[in-house]
Amino acid sequence: MSELYQLDVSALAAKLAAREVSSVEVTQALLERAKANADLGAYLALDEAVSLAQARAADARLAAGERAPLLGVPIAHKDIFVTKDFPTTAGSKMLEGYRSPFDATVVAKLAAAGAVTLGKLNCDEFAMGSGNDNSAYGPVLNPWDKTRVPGGSSGGSSAAVAARLVPAATGTDTGGSIRQPASFTGITGIKPTYGRCSRYGMVAYASSLDQAGPMARSAKDCALLLSAMVGPDLDRDSTSLDRPAEDYAAALGLPLSPDATVAQPLKGLRIGLPQEFFGAGCAPDVLAAVHAALAEYEKLGATLVEIRLPRTELSIPAYYIIAPAEASSNLSRFDGVKFGHRAKDYADLSDMYKKSRSEGFGEEVQRRILTGAYVLSHGYYDAYYLKAQQIRRLIAQDFQSAFEQCDLIAGPVAPSVAWKIGEKSDDPVAAYLADIYTLPASLSGLPGMSVPAGFGSDGMPVGLQLIGNYFQEARLLGAAHHFQCATDWHTRAPKDFA
Amino acid sequence: MSLTLPDIGRIAHLARLELDQAHAERMLSRLNGFFDLVEQMQAVDTAGVEPLAHPTAVIGQVALRLRDDVVSEFNQREANQKSAPAVENGLFLVPKVIE
Repeated sequence: MSELYQLDVSALAAKLAAREVSSVEVTQALLERAKANADLGAYLALDEAVSLAQARAADARLAAGERAPLLGVPIAHKDIFVTKDFPTTAGSKMLEGYRSPFDATVVAKLAAAGAVTLGKLNCDEFAMGSGNDNSAYGPVLNPWDKTRVPGGSSGGSSAAVAARLVPAATGTDTGGSIRQPASFTGITGIKPTYGRCSRYGMVAYASSLDQAGPMARSAKDCALLLSAMVGPDLDRDSTSLDRPAEDYAAALGLPLSPDATVAQPLKGLRIGLPQEFFGAGCAPDVLAAVHAALAEYEKLGATLVEIRLPRTELSIPAYYIIAPAEASSNLSRFDGVKFGHRAKDYADLSDMYKKSRSEGFGEEVQRRILTGAYVLSHGYYDAYYLKAQQIRRLIAQDFQSAFEQCDLIAGPVAPSVAWKIGEKSDDPVAAYLADIYTLPASLSGLPGMSVPAGFGSDGMPVGLQLIGNYFQEARLLGAAHHFQCATDWHTRAPKDFA
Repeated sequence: MSLTLPDIGRIAHLARLELDQAHAERMLSRLNGFFDLVEQMQAVDTAGVEPLAHPTAVIGQVALRLRDDVVSEFNQREANQKSAPAVENGLFLVPKVIE
């Protein structure tokens, strides 16, 4: 029989529903496993009493005959979501010891669906980073190679799921922070359309870009979680879209095109390959894995068409203007008055603000705040922030032109496999450039996902990125699900964690 | 165009950050490295392009909502002040600002 930690969300849910195992037993086993693998740095907070109480409540609902896809299944949350019952740090010293008086909407929705919270997961400070090496609480190690980063900013989430510490986790994606760590650790992650998941209770980084999504071992498991996460939250998030939730798991079985057959379930599906994603900037080992995955898609009946996203490169400056600008505004709330770190010694109010913020924020966060304050300052707003927002529209329009020729877009998630811890720490611009394939969909607010597509150099995982048009999450998940029915990349586990 | 050390000082003050000399110099070189990357934006012709704030506005109007002006939250001062650095009698304490 499989060990409990080896079971994914779907398998655990089936065992829980059949009452073959209790939520308390699963929760206990996974808490033990989390503690035994503390060296990965994935968890920032565990609370056995809280998790077991939630598990007991789920068991009671199961005993009363209730059945729901996530009822009793343990998950963990990126520490960017505020939680009543666990501390929330956002990976920052600024919020050390902070307790939120409320749960984020995404947390509350998953709890209502019966999921048990196993703990809070490490991330780059305020979700700013792509290697999880900007956390004030130390780096997270990649379970495939502990000398490498697990990606970021949702690096605790990716490492925990890949190492089978938890079957699924939440993440957030501002410029690629779900897709890139999923790619670096061989798991599946989806960022839905901007506005689909409520941002209420997500510690804000860049409000026009931040979006929550699930990270798990398969498209099917992501579909189960995402169905519980999306939906309008109109009174609490001004950018939440007024569009009812969907059952993405039920939609997985539906044909994606009228031409679909049993042997060729993706017949009729046109997949666009942006020329700009397949150039010299992408490492050969990543390209080889992506091409092999695309060949599999052709076998499943999909047609590959070449498309152009001519402003791909511009997404880097546009993003790194817009996101820091919004961050500098959002992070102005950390003033050492209502919550967060306050310096011990200061001369006056202004000195208190400055000392508290300089002590509480890490290097990358300070850099982005300074960038943002500069581009929003008098005389520079038009040249930088407004210009970036105009380019943002052009990038989003390019996608709309591309979607006239295709139903989905595919390419690499990142130009390389996971790099060594520390490799990019001293060169922030090099780290920014590595975001090139995830930023265009982020700026456009389009749904995107990473699907395990094989391995590159040194046995490190490679993800295939799929990008859909607005609200095409079901199509994305369906295309990923059919691929996963035909391949087993998503079932591979790092050898010490299998 | 390059930023100078006095620029960094001015921006740091706007952002209410305190940087010592070495830190300011490091930030200067990092930010100038970044703004080299940004220069390519200036070559793009964006005349007449409307800035995009809410991304799905590309495909349709995104309505700005107003909720009904009714009380929706109850008083939870204690819970809200639980993580405050300094409180007294339900008030947030700050250094004296008016002499």
